[in-house]
Amino acid sequence: MKVVYEKCLHCGCCVGSCKQNAIYLNDYILEFNDACNRCRRCIKICPVGALSLEE
Amino acid sequence: MQTYECDIVIVGAGPAGSVAAKYAAEGGLDVVLLEKRAEIGAPLRCAEGISKKWLSEIGMEPDPKWISAEMDGAIIVSPSGHTFKLDESQAGNEVGYVLERHLFDKALAEQASKAGAKIWLRTAATGVIKEDGLVTGVYANRMGEKIAIRADCVVGADGFESQVGRWAGIDTTLDLTDMCSCLQYRMVNIDVEPNYCEFVLGSAAPGGGYVWIFPKGKGIANVGIGVQGSKCKSGADAKYYLDKFINEDPRLNKGAVLEIVGGAVSTCPGLEETVTDNVVLVGDAARLIDPITGGGICHAARSGMYAGKVLTECAKKGDFSKEALSTYEKMWRDKMEDKLWRNWMAKEKFAALSDEVLDDLVLAIKESDISEVNVYNLLKVIKEKYPDLVAEFEDMI
Repeated sequence: MKVVYEKCLHCGCCVGSCKQNAIYLNDYILEFNDACNRCRRCIKICPVGALSLEE
Repeated sequence: MQTYECDIVIVGAGPAGSVAAKYAAEGGLDVVLLEKRAEIGAPLRCAEGISKKWLSEIGMEPDPKWISAEMDGAIIVSPSGHTFKLDESQAGNEVGYVLERHLFDKALAEQASKAGAKIWLRTAATGVIKEDGLVTGVYANRMGEKIAIRADCVVGADGFESQVGRWAGIDTTLDLTDMCSCLQYRMVNIDVEPNYCEFVLGSAAPGGGYVWIFPKGKGIANVGIGVQGSKCKSGADAKYYLDKFINEDPRLNKGAVLEIVGGAVSTCPGLEETVTDNVVLVGDAARLIDPITGGGICHAARSGMYAGKVLTECAKKGDFSKEALSTYEKMWRDKMEDKLWRNWMAKEKFAALSDEVLDDLVLAIKESDISEVNVYNLLKVIKEKYPDLVAEFEDMI
C-alpha cells in the first residue's frame, strides 16, 4: 500500500475498516502486514484519499 | 522487559475508558488507564454534539468549562431545502450541548484519577499477553520503552480502530454498509444559527448519512459529513461531498477552516460479542453507536460505567471469565440494544431513500404536530405516511 502522508489525518478510518486486520497505526505511521488481500476497502473509505495500491 | 502488575488495564482514555476507569477504581480496584497520545481528548475525532439527560447517570454535572454552546433546538434540512425547526421543548432528548471535547475528556480522566486510577500518557498497547490461550495483560510502548502490563482483565476502549478486540479473538469487523467515512472542518467566518444543530439529509451525504453544522459559539462551528462506506468509491469521497456542500452554501463558502478532523463511525447495532475471557470491549470499540445519529459519547460513557461496575463485582469473586463478564454484556443490552436495533433497521431503510421521498418525509414531519421530537416519534409520523418503510420493524416503534 502506498500512503500519501501529506494527506493522512491519522484518523484510523482505514484501520477500523480492514477485514483482514492488516493495518496498524503506529503513532503517525501506517503499517501493513501480509494479511492484506488488496481488497481496497481502506482506499475507498479514507476520507481524504491518502491511500492507493502500489503499482 | 519491565513488567507492571495491576487489576485492570484499560486501553484508551476517551469517554469509555475514563468512565470505566473511574467506576472500577471507585470499586477499589488497581486500575491503569493507557492513552497512546500525548494529550487526552486531542486531536479531535468528533462532532461534539450530545444530549443532556445521561450526564447525571455517569455522575457528571454540566460544567461551562467543557460546554462550548447550549443548543435551543435542531434544524432538519431536506434534500431540496425544506427545513424543519425544532425548539428544545420539542427536541427533547436529541439535542443538548456542543462540547469542547478536549476539555470534556480531560474532565472525565480527572474523575478517573480522583477515584484512584493511574493514567499513563504516550503509552500505546502493542498486543495482548496470552498465557495458555488466556489474555493476561497487554504489551505496550511507554514513551519508547517496551513494557508488559499484567492484569486480571483488559478493557478495550480503543475506539473505531480497536485492536484489543481483534487481538483477543473477538470479531469486530464491519460491513461497509455499517460504517461511515467522516470528515469535519472547524470553521469560522460563517453565518449559521448560533444555537441550533443543523442536519442536512439526502444525496449531499450519500447512503443515509448527513451533513452536520454544530455551532460552538464565538462564530465557530463544526461542519462535517458522514458518507456510508459502500457509497465511497475511490477515496476522498467524504472530502469531495463536504467541499461540494460548503462551496454551494453561501453561509459557509466564505468561511475559513481552522481544523480538519477525519474519522469513522460504525452504524451497526453493536457487536455480537463484547466480552471474552479476561477481556471487555466498551464504547466505539464495542460498536456502541447510534446507527441513525452516529452519536456515541453517551453510549461510550454508559458502557464504560457498566463495565467498571461489573469489573468491581467480578474482582470480589476473582472471576473474569467470559461467563462472569457477561453481566456487563447483559447490562448494556438491557439498556441500549432495542434502540440500537430499531435505529439500525431504520438506517437500513433510509439509506435507500431517494431525495424525493426524503423531501416528502421532512414535509410530513413539518406538518405533523409532534410534541417531542425523537427518533421514536419521527418513526411514528413516517409510519402514517409510508407504512411500508417501517413495516419490518413496526413492532419496535
